[in-house]
Amino acid sequence: MYNTVKQLVAAATSKPLYTVIVEDEAALSQRPETEIWDEFARRWQVMKASAQRALAQPQPMIGGLISGQAARQESYGAGLMGADINHMMAMAFSSSEVNAGMGRICAAPTAGACGILPAVLLTAAERLQASEEQVLQALVVATGIGAVITRNATVSGAEGGCQAECGTAAAMAAAGAVQMAGGSAKACAEACAIALINCMGLICDPVAGLVQLPCSFRNASQSVNALASADMALAGQSCLIPADEVIESMYKVGRRLPVEFRETALGGIAATATGKEIARQLFG
Amino acid sequence: MDVSLFEVLGPVMIGPSSSHTAGAARLGRAARLIAGKPFVKVEFGLHGSFAKTGRGHGTHKALLAGALGLHEEDERLRDAFELAQQAGAAYSFYELELPDAHENSARITFFHTDGTLSEIEGSSIGGGRIRITSIDGTAAGFSAEAPTLLITQRDVQGVVSGITGQLAAAGLNIGVMRVSRKGRGETATTIIETDSPVPSAVAGRLRQLPEVLSVRVVDLNAKEDADV
Repeated sequence: MYNTVKQLVAAATSKPLYTVIVEDEAALSQRPETEIWDEFARRWQVMKASAQRALAQPQPMIGGLISGQAARQESYGAGLMGADINHMMAMAFSSSEVNAGMGRICAAPTAGACGILPAVLLTAAERLQASEEQVLQALVVATGIGAVITRNATVSGAEGGCQAECGTAAAMAAAGAVQMAGGSAKACAEACAIALINCMGLICDPVAGLVQLPCSFRNASQSVNALASADMALAGQSCLIPADEVIESMYKVGRRLPVEFRETALGGIAATATGKEIARQLFG
Repeated sequence: MDVSLFEVLGPVMIGPSSSHTAGAARLGRAARLIAGKPFVKVEFGLHGSFAKTGRGHGTHKALLAGALGLHEEDERLRDAFELAQQAGAAYSFYELELPDAHENSARITFFHTDGTLSEIEGSSIGGGRIRITSIDGTAAGFSAEAPTLLITQRDVQGVVSGITGQLAAAGLNIGVMRVSRKGRGETATTIIETDSPVPSAVAGRLRQLPEVLSVRVVDLNAKEDADV
């Protein structure tokens, strides 16, 4: 039983985090554990496919604001951050494009943030030469962290801004990457906390109300945040504030965000002269 | 933890929005099952955020695709207008105000081939989940997460025990049950959510019970024949 990150870490002294999380789900849903692992495997296939699909093939979509971003990033190559990170950003763009183009994705934890988890875990898996089994274990840890945030805060942009959507996705991905790299349960918790503090206060300001801009850039940049936070936690950094308190503060910040900054397309870049002009051209 | 992992990692869906696309498709599909008869035309009244921001989120296509029987994971959602045309189903959309309704709500009206109408109201309440709020003018209130039996019967003593008796005999456990009636001795509605799928033979036996007027099974997890 766990309702907090602290309880999760405490329960993981005698068995791995992913075992604690899957056992808890089995008890909640009254389903056998093998069925739960199979469902994770099925969802991971959908996530992988969405991260690859737009790399070579720009996705058409209403408005077309982000069509072609994944292919553009992918063909850029190594860049300043190196080929791995560039490819990770391209994959995050890919899922965002597929989502905007009415393609099949797996919400993680939301559709608007669906690019982060697959991009980060695929990149970590490549770097660590991880097995499919290890990737699924990381995905379970990420999802367990996401469940705590869903329960104790919010993952809805309309309620808590982008920090609640892409921020939560980054926190989940960071914890999952630490798990995959063999880090401790405590390091997974630290990675979650660090990723959240790195984007605290981030608003949700979709241009023309579409899940496109700035969503795709936030998917790409929060993927980088996730991997960076994982590396910081694995290096032994601590943000001193326990993950549960960081989650609580993210929620409080979200609730205090004016409604203009919570998925209403009335603030941030949506309310710029150009943002409003794009909306006018698309929807009159 | 009282939040399922698959609420966090999921749903697997067609983008871009779990509430405006996935939930809309599910709502259309649930309405189709509730209506339960072939139709020549379907009308969608869009309320609140469905009306205001639906166009950018494919809400119209998703609702229509669901009404045609497409699953919310089906990528043909984006081709819903063409598919409806091929299937010979007319469709239209309009804006309406539903008093006290959730922001993402719709009224779906089916014009059946036999000349009758079905009118279903419901909401997409977030994360792809839905709530059916009204059927043919009678208040409902179920999520369609579990297999759901919709039964109309005459308000006569003993009818409900006849229904539950049949379910017990078939080994089906009732999770939630609600009986309501328009007035004493008039038509009553029973909504039953079961823990496992309802075999068609059981639905058939329920139909044969005295005073039972109609029985419909809404099971969004069951394989169903789509129109397209």
